Amino acid sequence: MQGRHWVSALALTAGLLASGVAFAQTTVRIAWYSDGIEGEVVSDLLKRFETQNKDIKVVLDQVPYKAITENLPVQLASGQGPDIARVVDLGGVARYALDLRPYLKDAGYWEKNFGPFLPWMRPAGDDKAITGFMTQLTVTGPLVNKTLFEQAGIAMPGAKASWDDWAKAAKAVATKVQAPFPLAMDRSGHRFFGLAISEGAKLFDTKGEPAVIDDGFKRAAQRVFDWHKDGVMPKELWGSVSGAAYRGANDEFKNAQVVMYVSGSWQIAQFDKTVGNAFDWVAAPSPCGAAACTGMPGGAGLVAIKATKNPEAVAKVMEYLASEPVLSEFYARSLFVPGHLGIAAKGLDYKDASPQAKAALKVFSDQVANLSPVAYALQGYVNNRIIFNAAISRVGQAISGETTLDEAYKRIASDIEQQIAERNKK
Amino acid sequence: MASAEPAAPRGAAHFFAAPLSLLMRLVDWPMSALQRLIGERQMAYAFLLPNIVFFGLFVFLPLIINVVFSVTGGTALFPSQRPFVGGEQYAYLFDCGSFLDPNSCREDHFWRGVSNTARFTVFQVTAMVLFSLVTAVVLNMRIRARGFFRAVYFFPVLLSPVVVALTWKWILQRDGLLNAGITSLGGERILFLVDPSWAMFWIVFVSVWAHMGFYTLILLAGLQAIPADLYEAAEMDATPRWRVFWRITLPLLWPNMIVVIVLALIKGVQTFDEVFVLTGGGPGTATLMVVHYIYETAFSNQVQNFGLAAAASVVLGVVLFALTLAQLAASNRKGAA
Amino acid sequence: MSLVTKLATARRKPGRWHWTDVAAYAYLALGVVLMFGPVLWLAMSSFKTQAGLLEFPPSLLPMSQQEVVVAGHAQPLPLFEVTMPDGSTRVLAQVRRIGIQAQMVDPANPAEVIRVAIDKRTPVREFKLATENYTEPLERFAFTRFLWNSVFVTVVATIITLIINSMAAYALSIYEFRGKNTVMLMVIGTLMIPITIILVPVYLVVTELGLVNSLWAVILPGAATPTGVFLLRQYMLTLPRDLIEAARMDKASEWQIYWRIVMPLAMPALAVLAIFSVMWRWNEFLWPLAVLTKTESYTLQIGLNAFQGELQTQWHYLLAMTVVTLLPVALVFVFLQRFITTGIANTGMK
Repeated sequence: MQGRHWVSALALTAGLLASGVAFAQTTVRIAWYSDGIEGEVVSDLLKRFETQNKDIKVVLDQVPYKAITENLPVQLASGQGPDIARVVDLGGVARYALDLRPYLKDAGYWEKNFGPFLPWMRPAGDDKAITGFMTQLTVTGPLVNKTLFEQAGIAMPGAKASWDDWAKAAKAVATKVQAPFPLAMDRSGHRFFGLAISEGAKLFDTKGEPAVIDDGFKRAAQRVFDWHKDGVMPKELWGSVSGAAYRGANDEFKNAQVVMYVSGSWQIAQFDKTVGNAFDWVAAPSPCGAAACTGMPGGAGLVAIKATKNPEAVAKVMEYLASEPVLSEFYARSLFVPGHLGIAAKGLDYKDASPQAKAALKVFSDQVANLSPVAYALQGYVNNRIIFNAAISRVGQAISGETTLDEAYKRIASDIEQQIAERNKK
Repeated sequence: MASAEPAAPRGAAHFFAAPLSLLMRLVDWPMSALQRLIGERQMAYAFLLPNIVFFGLFVFLPLIINVVFSVTGGTALFPSQRPFVGGEQYAYLFDCGSFLDPNSCREDHFWRGVSNTARFTVFQVTAMVLFSLVTAVVLNMRIRARGFFRAVYFFPVLLSPVVVALTWKWILQRDGLLNAGITSLGGERILFLVDPSWAMFWIVFVSVWAHMGFYTLILLAGLQAIPADLYEAAEMDATPRWRVFWRITLPLLWPNMIVVIVLALIKGVQTFDEVFVLTGGGPGTATLMVVHYIYETAFSNQVQNFGLAAAASVVLGVVLFALTLAQLAASNRKGAA
Repeated sequence: MSLVTKLATARRKPGRWHWTDVAAYAYLALGVVLMFGPVLWLAMSSFKTQAGLLEFPPSLLPMSQQEVVVAGHAQPLPLFEVTMPDGSTRVLAQVRRIGIQAQMVDPANPAEVIRVAIDKRTPVREFKLATENYTEPLERFAFTRFLWNSVFVTVVATIITLIINSMAAYALSIYEFRGKNTVMLMVIGTLMIPITIILVPVYLVVTELGLVNSLWAVILPGAATPTGVFLLRQYMLTLPRDLIEAARMDKASEWQIYWRIVMPLAMPALAVLAIFSVMWRWNEFLWPLAVLTKTESYTLQIGLNAFQGELQTQWHYLLAMTVVTLLPVALVFVFLQRFITTGIANTGMK
């Protein structure tokens, strides 16, 4: 075909123009998105790797998060894409993940230190593969403006306090100090299911199939719904944007307008910087529901991609980044909760963090061991984002008054069923 | 092309043209040879060829692939790996108790998108026509510094949709500039992007803000083409201004108005980026547009449902095609008028 | 100055002011505020610090808290205006804050520590541009590479668009040939299809052609725009036919007629298409994001949007980089605005 020939000639020219230099070394490409400074930290670490390994060049392609959620799956499906990617939809990308075991020097190290997280990144039906590690373990939980509590002269609820206690206390504080929002919760499936599982949501039936709508789920949804009605939660998060879009209350918390902000460990680095010494804030342990006191685990994994042409080099890069000293430094500088059992057990010294950030990181790190097994099961479930998205999309519609909660429950069940059926069409 | 404006500076035009002239000379040789071979009349095909190739590859072929997607299911990317499901995706889309009530539809988001897009388009076209007409009339008055004011209104046309949305988000959000103004005057903060009616109002407003400059210019060109003696005659008769506007200006401006209406209509139906960044389709689904729905179905959901998205886009395509035919009919009538 | 006098003395006719003149100028003045204001606000916000950006009520100008070096303290201390118990106000530096009490010192007398309730103090602030919003990302990223890619894409795509679309428009306006109606129908029928809805199939085509990650993957798919063909054809239809016939008599080749006669005459329409093509290409985001995955092939819009994370957006960087991408557009506009606006008014848009 003449047109195609011409086009490929053009492409060749463009390729020459674009690359400019011919590489004698192996190149490993990492697609990486950043929430904070982790991109800078990892590129520092990779520079060190390159000086130690002259034969491997590592290119860090820093992309907007949108490119990871929306475009990366398409690229991977078409056989394109990077050698390594930092992803959040671990279950979705697992299909394209490379089993590193044949290339690793010490697979035992990975099993031992990343054990509980490895299943999150395995393709369905595989219970052995090692495909990556967690660059960041996140735990959801509340961040509390302690100064507002002090100003109101109200005691902060303790470690095993219930959601009701917290909501009541936060409301009392907000009224007293005239803060507009007693309680804010990110518009996110992870945050919601921390509450739902605490309330007793089981999510899966005995066969392991999703059965999302149960009494626990309904209790949680009803709570969120009522909190919006009673003015405990601001409508800006759950009541704005449609579908699965995320919304956080960082700005409101930073401006001391929120008494209690249910978010998670990743906020620490930012609040440490933006709040400064304007007020004291602390992380609180997850409040309790009828069944448990749990948040959701989550986070971003660095996953090797099957389509790579240089699996050995990829394994080398992964081994380097996952090694204890390097990973310790990465977590410590980025202010992340470690997703490495050895490091977590030893405790991490966050050198650059302020005392209150350190304290908050400790609260979240301690939560990791206390999370409900249901929370781990949901995080490890391959279609979990279908569940997350359906829940926030529909509950959000109920909150903005478009539907009723009962209607939302029906829609959630049918959304999940339809999407899973679509995925299973072969 | 009656216009009171000076002709465009030729220098700038030559700036674009100069580097190309060498290339064109080189092309002349094979093209002339071709002309000797196939004759002058057939050269039309030679001129069309590059466009057809690109168009075929990147527009027509994808449209066909889209139709194939719409009759297949699953999550595979390559059409050959997708199982045939017939009209299942269409049936799913059209599975409604009543087409007037999105709640009764299985895929309610699609229908909400359709109804939002329809409402948005109507409001937007009305507001767009109104404001660009007023602006064009004002600019056509004997005012000073017309060039400057014309540029002012045109300026936002050059901004990308994302910048437009970001700019206004920064003003409209809870802690934005507008609320700062309201609270400093002693008012209560208004949640502009959380209240469904306000959200719809603002996306229309922002859309008009961003694009009215373009339509204003089209109408201004029309106004300036209206012979001045008509107005002078009216002035002699001491006809009231509103009557002059109603009887002379508006009828003579009608062809340009049709262009504006049709272009704004197309733009309205296609709206996506601006609204996506500004309101994210919310609150609830109050500003979820049909193109946004298609994008989300194909990309944002964990199961990238290309089949359903393609079916929705084929439906949208058919509607757009009908609108295009309407445009053709309208412009033909315009030609006759 | 001269503008102001002009405005003040401007009126419809020498003599009396009609109320519509007043209304017209009021409307235009409002327009200036409404059209420029938001963008100006965005530009000013981009100079605020990350913390300053989130403030409510927002300050009009980029401000940050004043700091002083006080003897005995290694770090500069933030300054506050404090209302003392006796009602007087003093400017004090804060040493630390414990709960709802702050320990403060008078910079002139650092030995004495004064305890102040935190709601009795307000920060002393000064005007300061957070230029680091610009310098940090520009240093961190391969900015010149992104810029070059963006310029390359914009220029090459615009040239290709102009050439192939004008060729097609020439064919469709000058010749009668079999299939002409089919082609016209195709052009008009796809006039309204937004690229968003065929993103996946186009991606498939581009992958099959092996173009992924080359700039040509961004340039080529949008080159044949139905809008461009339509616009140019409408304009070329108005050109005098006898010119072309005369050239044919003189044995000019069809290509020469196209290039030497029709193209120069169609210059206003070409200019409009060029401007719109430049705008589309420069601002394009969704499509490049899908096909460009390597840093060295990123355009500005992709490279500078890396600040949008999953859970956090670094607004201070994002706004600054938005202004950076806006600058060339603003410059083009300032220099070519007259050309652009008259060009649009003069093309076959009617």
